[in-house]
Amino acid sequence: MAKALIKADSFYEIYERKDGIKDVTHYCPGCGHGVLHKLIAEALDDFGIREKSILISPVGCSVFAYYYFRLGNIQAAHGRAPAVATGIKRVHPESVVISYQGDGDLAAIGGNNILQAANRGENITVFFVNNAIYGMTGGQMAPTTLIGQKTTTTPYGRNVVNEGYPVRVCELLATLDAPVYIERVALTDAKNTSKVRRAVRKALQNQIDNKGFSLVEVLSACPSNWKMTPVQAKQWVEDNLIKQFPLGVYKDLTDQIKPKKAEKQVFSVDGLKEKLNIPMEEEKYSTSVKEAKEFRNMKLKIAGFGGQGILLLGLGMAQAAMQAGYNVSWLPSYGPEMRGGTANCHVNISKERIGSPLVSKPTVVIAMNLPSMEKFQSEIEPGGLLLYDTSLITQKPVRDDIKVLGIPATQIADNLGNTRIANMVIMGAFIAYTSVLDKQAVINALPFFIKRKNLIPLNEKAIVEGMNYVLSSN
Amino acid sequence: MAKQLIKGNEAIVKGAILAGCRYYFGYPITPASEIAEAAAFYLPLVGGTFLQAESEVASINMLYGAASGGIRAMTASSSPGISLKQEGISYAAGAELPMVIVDIMRGGPGLGNIGPAQADYNQIVKGGGHGGYKLIVLAPNCAQEMCDLTMLAFELADKYRNPAVILADGFVGQMMEPVEFPEPVKKLPEKPWAIKADSDDENRLISSIDLELEKLEQHNLELFKKYADIEANHVKYENYLLDDAEIVLIGYGVVSRVLQTVVDELRQRDIKIGMLRPISLWPFPKKQIAELAKRVKEFFVVELSAGQMVDDVRLAVNGKIPVHFYSRMGGVVPSPEEIIEQLMKLNEAN
Ligand SMILES: Cc1ncc(C[n+]2csc(CCOP(=O)(O)OP(=O)(O)O)c2C)c(N)n1
Ligand code: SF4
Repeated sequence: MAKALIKADSFYEIYERKDGIKDVTHYCPGCGHGVLHKLIAEALDDFGIREKSILISPVGCSVFAYYYFRLGNIQAAHGRAPAVATGIKRVHPESVVISYQGDGDLAAIGGNNILQAANRGENITVFFVNNAIYGMTGGQMAPTTLIGQKTTTTPYGRNVVNEGYPVRVCELLATLDAPVYIERVALTDAKNTSKVRRAVRKALQNQIDNKGFSLVEVLSACPSNWKMTPVQAKQWVEDNLIKQFPLGVYKDLTDQIKPKKAEKQVFSVDGLKEKLNIPMEEEKYSTSVKEAKEFRNMKLKIAGFGGQGILLLGLGMAQAAMQAGYNVSWLPSYGPEMRGGTANCHVNISKERIGSPLVSKPTVVIAMNLPSMEKFQSEIEPGGLLLYDTSLITQKPVRDDIKVLGIPATQIADNLGNTRIANMVIMGAFIAYTSVLDKQAVINALPFFIKRKNLIPLNEKAIVEGMNYVLSSN
Repeated sequence: MAKQLIKGNEAIVKGAILAGCRYYFGYPITPASEIAEAAAFYLPLVGGTFLQAESEVASINMLYGAASGGIRAMTASSSPGISLKQEGISYAAGAELPMVIVDIMRGGPGLGNIGPAQADYNQIVKGGGHGGYKLIVLAPNCAQEMCDLTMLAFELADKYRNPAVILADGFVGQMMEPVEFPEPVKKLPEKPWAIKADSDDENRLISSIDLELEKLEQHNLELFKKYADIEANHVKYENYLLDDAEIVLIGYGVVSRVLQTVVDELRQRDIKIGMLRPISLWPFPKKQIAELAKRVKEFFVVELSAGQMVDDVRLAVNGKIPVHFYSRMGGVVPSPEEIIEQLMKLNEAN
């Protein structure tokens, strides 16, 4: 059992521990964790930042760091302290957040989390205790275990052929652009320990100054799992660990970096709906037209090539129908399906509550290419409608129990000077034929689905052309 | 208030922001990516933070950290990503952190595909993480509910200091429907337990570890007392034409939409059929189902999995009447005609 610490104000008066011992730590004699805790607590005292500091305790021997530090404590999952630190720091940017981690936690299971937190330049301070072993779980190999070092999972010594080489964290992270300060120190003699003290303070000061990410790696003894006395263990750090993990500053931009402003977010609901682009007033429009009985509860399937504006056509119908007081749903084909070059969507337009958004038995199929017509005409409900683009589909539909409306939509669009508005020609033909919507309903809806305002007149023209085609051929 | 034609996935984000959520941590995955994209678009406009994490593991732990700070925060993903979050979700349940997690389920197992599925029911409802805990699980079936239930999820999560999940499928996420957005939540609940970087913090601890066996047992007992309270007060479901129904269809999410069409069509043929739609998957409407079992002839459960929720239905029915089951998997959604055919076959067999 370790000696009682000389209490820093940043430590609790008594340590609430399981075994009822109130004033000594749970760390083994000669363990580096306790000493590092003390150096950190003293720095917090001296900087006067205890109350605004938040400590993330990792999984490892220091899982109970929160027993000791008298401040906001969060215990994190194994390896995730940098992610947890990121979350709380973003919420309280004015706080001082410390991620305290062992080598298994930081360099093995949490390797990507420390890498990415460093790379984002999170304004946090990381204290990384490298003792070349898994302490808490009883002395298994760590990513920092030395070549040849015996652990309970490398009983014959770490073999590079099987286990690879010790990971040098400072060297790795120093290659990133964002970190401000990275140093490796060792808890051995008085001289080295005073370097640890200095590094701890510098790493905290950087955060107070809003300079960004700092990490201090602390080579530290684990006498229990190294199976040594505290004195031997310290010597082993000097003789072996420091050789593999040279001490020194690996990155230091402290004097070059301009502090970032830490802005605390204020919760406000002012103008929220505008910012969220939520419409404030109903687009009032009641359509005067009466749809034919067979087009009540309309179920549409619209299909064609990607790029023909298939999804937009469906969306436009749904938008216009919604504004005209119908219930609507629009379901697109999505994901890799679209990469094959075909697109389709399912649209329901109904005065009643809509059931399945998925249309299995369409009352209307709009086909803008041959594969779509071939695929979907067989599904149409008897008496339903097949609307297709005769400029692209020369084949005649085979069904004789449905209504068929062919329109050279692409050609009409070409004549208007833009192939891509064939979809709106179809829209015009569709509303003229079914009377589900009138022209004004669609025109009202245009600004909601045509994002480029200057294209609206052209789209309007296409709709009118489509309508005229149907009305003149009737 | 005006209606907006909007994707379910986007309605979630607007609902979340109206509910006071200002933090989002996520990782892209189809068919949930629009949630991250909408969060990335809108949060900065309302003074919030969107952060694309390095993984779902990181995002759930960022959320853990942010939720510790007492604000409303969320993440979203789809099935494989939700698997990665499970350890973090268990920690959050243990540490009693309120947060909202969205799962837009897709086909599996493994990488599967991006079609709609419901095979994460057991993972979410029965506790996919370790250690035995409950999540509040809400299952929207339309864009309006994507907004409304997200807002409710934040409210219940805070009220009970518990993670809440929106469990939806790819279709409910991808489809566009009219949504009427409610007024924003004006005042968020106080959270005296949360880490605030102030002088009271020394009395606050966010943690799920307790080495004392009896103390951890006590913690579990308290959690389950809380869960009992949620079960007693927050069961949500919808009855559709149940008054005189003899056959009752049960399904949630997109399936319930298909089942509505089935009911509508069969009612036209004078068949006494209705639907019960669980909206809260946990707490599950088991009492309501048990009550129905006393007066209807049979249940017919449809799921986009080999059968997960149906187990809960069977537990509630307790062998009193037949519980039939039909499913499609791998991203396939059954058509109303297909289900009607199944029902007709059953009818012939009877
Ligand atoms: C997900 C997960 N995997 C494994 C463990 C078991 N575990 C606890 S501590 C630890 C290693 C800790 O070693 P290190 O980070 O070096 O810290 P030390 O104990 O040496 O201070 C492991 C593997 C765990 N708690 N969680
Ligand atoms: S096992 Fe090692 S690291 Fe853990 S407390 Fe003991 S000496 Fe320290």
